[in-house]
Amino acid sequence: MENIAGKKPALVWVVHVSVGLLVLLWIIPTLGLLVSSFRSGDQIVSSGWWKALFTQEQQLSPIRLAGQEAERDGMFVVEGQLFTTASTVSAWGTSSRDPAVNEPGQTVGLADGQTLAVNADGTFILTSPVTTEGTRLPRVFTTASTPPEFTLNNYRTVLFSPLAGQSIFQAFMNTATVAIPATIIPILIAAFAAYALAWMDFKGRALLIAAIVGLLVVPLQLALIPLLQLHNGVASTLNGWFGLEGTNALQGKGYLGIWLAHTGFGLPLAIYLLRNYMVGLPRDIIENAKVDGATDFQIFTKIILPLSFPALASFAIFQFLWTWNDLLVALVFLGTSNDQQVLTGNIVNLMGSRGGDWEILSASAFVSIAVPLAVFFSMQRFLVRGLLSGSVK
Amino acid sequence: MTQALLAFLTIVVGVAGCLGYFWASNLLLDKVLFPARGPNAGQNINRANLLRPWLFLFPAVVALGLYLAYPVFATLWLSLNRNQSGELVFVGLDNYRTMFGEAKFRESLRNNMVWLIVVPAASTAFGLLAAQLTDRIRWGNLAKSMIFMPMAISFVGASVIWKLIYDTREAGQPQIGLLNALWMQADGGFFSILILKVLPVVLLVGIAAGILWFLWAQIRDFADGGIWGKVLRGLGVLVGAWLVFVALSWAWGAATAMLPYGKPQFWLQIPFWNNFFLMAVLIWLQTGFAMVILSAALRGVPEETVEAAILDGANPFQIFFKIKVPQIMGTIVVVWTTITITVLKVFDIVRAMTGGQQETQVLANYMYEKLFVAVDWGVGSASAMIILLLVSPILVWNVYSARKEMR
Repeated sequence: MENIAGKKPALVWVVHVSVGLLVLLWIIPTLGLLVSSFRSGDQIVSSGWWKALFTQEQQLSPIRLAGQEAERDGMFVVEGQLFTTASTVSAWGTSSRDPAVNEPGQTVGLADGQTLAVNADGTFILTSPVTTEGTRLPRVFTTASTPPEFTLNNYRTVLFSPLAGQSIFQAFMNTATVAIPATIIPILIAAFAAYALAWMDFKGRALLIAAIVGLLVVPLQLALIPLLQLHNGVASTLNGWFGLEGTNALQGKGYLGIWLAHTGFGLPLAIYLLRNYMVGLPRDIIENAKVDGATDFQIFTKIILPLSFPALASFAIFQFLWTWNDLLVALVFLGTSNDQQVLTGNIVNLMGSRGGDWEILSASAFVSIAVPLAVFFSMQRFLVRGLLSGSVK
Repeated sequence: MTQALLAFLTIVVGVAGCLGYFWASNLLLDKVLFPARGPNAGQNINRANLLRPWLFLFPAVVALGLYLAYPVFATLWLSLNRNQSGELVFVGLDNYRTMFGEAKFRESLRNNMVWLIVVPAASTAFGLLAAQLTDRIRWGNLAKSMIFMPMAISFVGASVIWKLIYDTREAGQPQIGLLNALWMQADGGFFSILILKVLPVVLLVGIAAGILWFLWAQIRDFADGGIWGKVLRGLGVLVGAWLVFVALSWAWGAATAMLPYGKPQFWLQIPFWNNFFLMAVLIWLQTGFAMVILSAALRGVPEETVEAAILDGANPFQIFFKIKVPQIMGTIVVVWTTITITVLKVFDIVRAMTGGQQETQVLANYMYEKLFVAVDWGVGSASAMIILLLVSPILVWNVYSARKEMR
């Protein structure tokens, strides 16, 4: 095909370059956050993340000298190291007006007869005619090149020692608690319904399918208040039955509520996807089984379910991604207090309260993105298949 | 720990309950209610088979009815009532009147319209471009995977990612937001004029030309089709003409604007244009979806049609726009409508990035604020009904085409 089109090589290069640009444009945003999450807060604000990948030369913030003092030949000498990480000094100075006036290795006289030398590797020697104990040592301005340096501290902080009420680990557990049952439960319900809609003949089938296609696009925003009312009503009625009036033994908001809500919201897509798939299964297998005396229940569990595995998997991925990433349903049905918060809600709060703390925000965001990304890359095949069977026919 | 146990228990109970329900109800039907033996065996089997589909459907129908169908009517009812200290008082269309009187609502309606035009169009266009280009190269699958990846990222996660790009530091400090870092490179020289003036003008004029071409096709074929076709075409022409006007006036604006070179910009605080910075996030998220589906559709285009076009001397652009695109028009419409629905429900991005401030309000966030911040159920439900109203043409169209397909 390409050959008979007689394509010019130039055009092929254009294609390669444009795809390259497009891919770059699409991964750079994520890459930026990923790189930032491995940098310390100081590093993040002192240079753009794109510079973090290379050795960079820049003027560092002033460092106050500190070190052990020793007496040598009647002079008091302080020796030490400026940096905690390996950096190379290219220029230094002791005043903010002239921060790069001296070369590394040069010895410079300061006020009060002190002298200071800073070497390229960051070691310094300060000599003073009187003891420096109890006085503040001078500050040093340096221009230094620092090799790329990354840290896992941000992740350690957000996962294991968060500020009160911002525990990402707790939120992670909450999210998993919401997402996993909310993925598994609708599948079974939908599979039975899809089988009936695909392989059983009854009055009103076409109408039911049309209704499901319609419900597919009904915005779940409509359901929030009525369902919250319903949940609260059911909870207080049950409290009444068990003689728990006035207490909050059973609440309208909680995991049970959000599982049911996600199940309800996920069903139309589940039924639609599974029915489309099951209709395509070979008729012979099912009819043979019927002739052999299998009941519908047996046909369903022994033949249809195993054969529909790809469709089940693709819906499971959709539903998992959707429930894991959801914000609105969790805010409404689970509540906003700290021990109930899911990852997305937690991050929105962080953006509000600590919007400038990129080291916290980026690590938290990546904790929340990691699981869906892992699912995405390991099961991409099923995801694509599901998308195609849902939209293209 | 208790909640993990609870979750595990729920899975077990849910799955076992489901299977148990289906197994027991089938057993009940076959052995107790209509046993397939005795004098009425034949009749009983028929009756059982008449009932069985409903056994299979029962849990799904109940869940759908309770969680999706009933709320539509309940919300409609709530939108016609006012909540006065716990009592619902019927007020007719009062809530809608109040809502349309609010500047914030009109703002979110306007913003939603812009979202509805820009996001589906841009995502579909980028998706089509990516699909067409990646199909021709060896590392196309890898490229597709990378462009598709944002699909797995939550809207909130994407908001964090893009907020870093839009970050602003004062002039003189190092910019850590990519966009400002690039912006500070612009100095009014040759390249900044090329990228910030010439390129937008060319793009906007190109879009205007594309729409004009579409308009011309509509006007040319105006005589064809029934009365509804004419109405639709007329509407399309009006909207298109307006879009051409907007695109050209923007092009004029881009050409004449005095850009504040050298000053770091607060991208999310520039009125009106900040909406576009929010839309970029959704476009970034949705392009992969469009690309995957359109790429499958492009592969389904029969080879013969392309070969015939090549033999007739068509160039690659003609092959793409005149042979391939018309053949996948149905899929493009599906992609477009699916993204349109996503756009109508967009909530997380606005909530996380601007909270609807600085003229970026959209309907879904307006509704959330009315329902849960202002606790005004009447107006909140009314705005939810507006969202449903905007979705309903797509709903009707989907049902219509699904029914047509099943015949």
